[in-house]
Amino acid sequence: MAISHRISASLGSARWLSPLLFLLAWEAGSRSGLIPERTLAAPSKVLSTLLDMAVSGELADNLWVSFLRIVIGLAIGVTVGAVLALVAGLSRQGEVAVDPLMQIKRTIPTLALTPLFIVWFGIGETPKIALIAFASIFPVYLNLYSGIRGVDLRLLEGARSFGLSCAEQILHVILPGALPSLLVGLRYSLSVAILVLVVAEQINASAGLGYLINNARDFMRTDIIVVCLMIYAVLGLAADALVRAIENRALVWRPSIVAQ
Amino acid sequence: MDARPTGFSRVTAPQFDPVVRLRDFTRSFGDNTIISGLDLDIAPGEFVILLGRSGSGKTTLLRTLAGLDPTPGQNVIVPASRAVVFQDARLLPWKKVWRNVALGLRQGDVRQRAEDALREVGLGHRLDAWPLTLSGGEAQRVALARALVREPSLLLLDEPFAALDALTRLRMHELVLSLWTRHRPAVMMVTHDVDEAIALADRVVLLDHGRIVLQERIEAPRGERGQVARALRSRLLGALGGQVLEGPSPAEIIALHAGGLA
Repeated sequence: MAISHRISASLGSARWLSPLLFLLAWEAGSRSGLIPERTLAAPSKVLSTLLDMAVSGELADNLWVSFLRIVIGLAIGVTVGAVLALVAGLSRQGEVAVDPLMQIKRTIPTLALTPLFIVWFGIGETPKIALIAFASIFPVYLNLYSGIRGVDLRLLEGARSFGLSCAEQILHVILPGALPSLLVGLRYSLSVAILVLVVAEQINASAGLGYLINNARDFMRTDIIVVCLMIYAVLGLAADALVRAIENRALVWRPSIVAQ
Repeated sequence: MDARPTGFSRVTAPQFDPVVRLRDFTRSFGDNTIISGLDLDIAPGEFVILLGRSGSGKTTLLRTLAGLDPTPGQNVIVPASRAVVFQDARLLPWKKVWRNVALGLRQGDVRQRAEDALREVGLGHRLDAWPLTLSGGEAQRVALARALVREPSLLLLDEPFAALDALTRLRMHELVLSLWTRHRPAVMMVTHDVDEAIALADRVVLLDHGRIVLQERIEAPRGERGQVARALRSRLLGALGGQVLEGPSPAEIIALHAGGLA
């Protein structure tokens, strides 16, 4: 009696239990024919498809294509956003010139630009990368800009009293002070980039995760669709882990709230 | 404006030149005049304490000497080598302690110089600490090391110990005096604490409404000022507009903490 009581107690606090039960119910539904495969493939089927695609190299190839789109798009977007934020953050004239344009840009939903980008860039890689780049500019810009403006003026004054030049003040005080904000912006940009990737890849692609999904839709392969959804989720998690790792390295000077 | 001397004249022999020289100095923000018609000389190696109530213009004067505020068209001479210790230590939290001390140093073995300075203030064991892990007293000692590593001919202290507890503050007094004895910069320290002024200064300058209302030179050596402290305190407090109550005075404390130096 005591043992069964203990087991039920530990099951009561297990957070993995409900997802597992959900998967089991899903599997049972598929096996019994309650959920037809054309509606949603069984978890076991999804798993075996995932293995097949991994072994055949189909998954890696398409993932690589999508990955490159994100990396190139982000690199362009983050660089442009950071440069504009530096221009606007470090000089009054820069702010007057850049900030109104960025605020206008903010009001336009990036994905609404898709038709225009197709007209301009066709349906190759360019519009996909351009959309990702365009979407990831703003989070970096906004956060870095406010980070620069939020740098403690007393620290800046202290540095000035020791005769640091303008360039040295930027290098030693302003940029490190704005780094936490930049990382927040980077995190937003990463998640926006993945979101835009999903939509951009559905534009007549011949490779990539979006292409896999589109193709699978035509053949009603719900198992492949679910595999791709899982990959998107993993991409999001990996992006978050990446920024966390960067933060832990770059912000070691901050006393961690958790440790105390 | 044109009739005024422009400063930087080297007529007299250098050893008699004051390191700081203000003539008819005026500073105002809009209609609000903070300092008006102020004359001040500070000799090399002199320890001057600027005393005054809040809003008397002390910090404005210190910022002028620090070169943090522009002084167009004013007759102001300050040395090129000067360093400031602020009330808040103003360490860069993203640089380790020794890098904070080495900030802006260019010549020589920068790390070695920073290390030496930190040893001098008793923080040789915290070289690689992050500033946010320091106590208030430690942070102020780092700020002192950062100022002194530059070997300034003028050291400016802006209420540097106001935020510290009483015991730490007394220890910091001793430290400042011993560093001053060794390096001999001219010091101008801003405070609103009369006893601190009496314990540390060669000369106390009392500022009120942007004018010097009283100057007291203290000849008695530090640590033997118990005798003069009471009269001096009541003169200073009187000039500040305060009430002096007779009773057990803290003169003994002055003797105690300044005496630790001798």
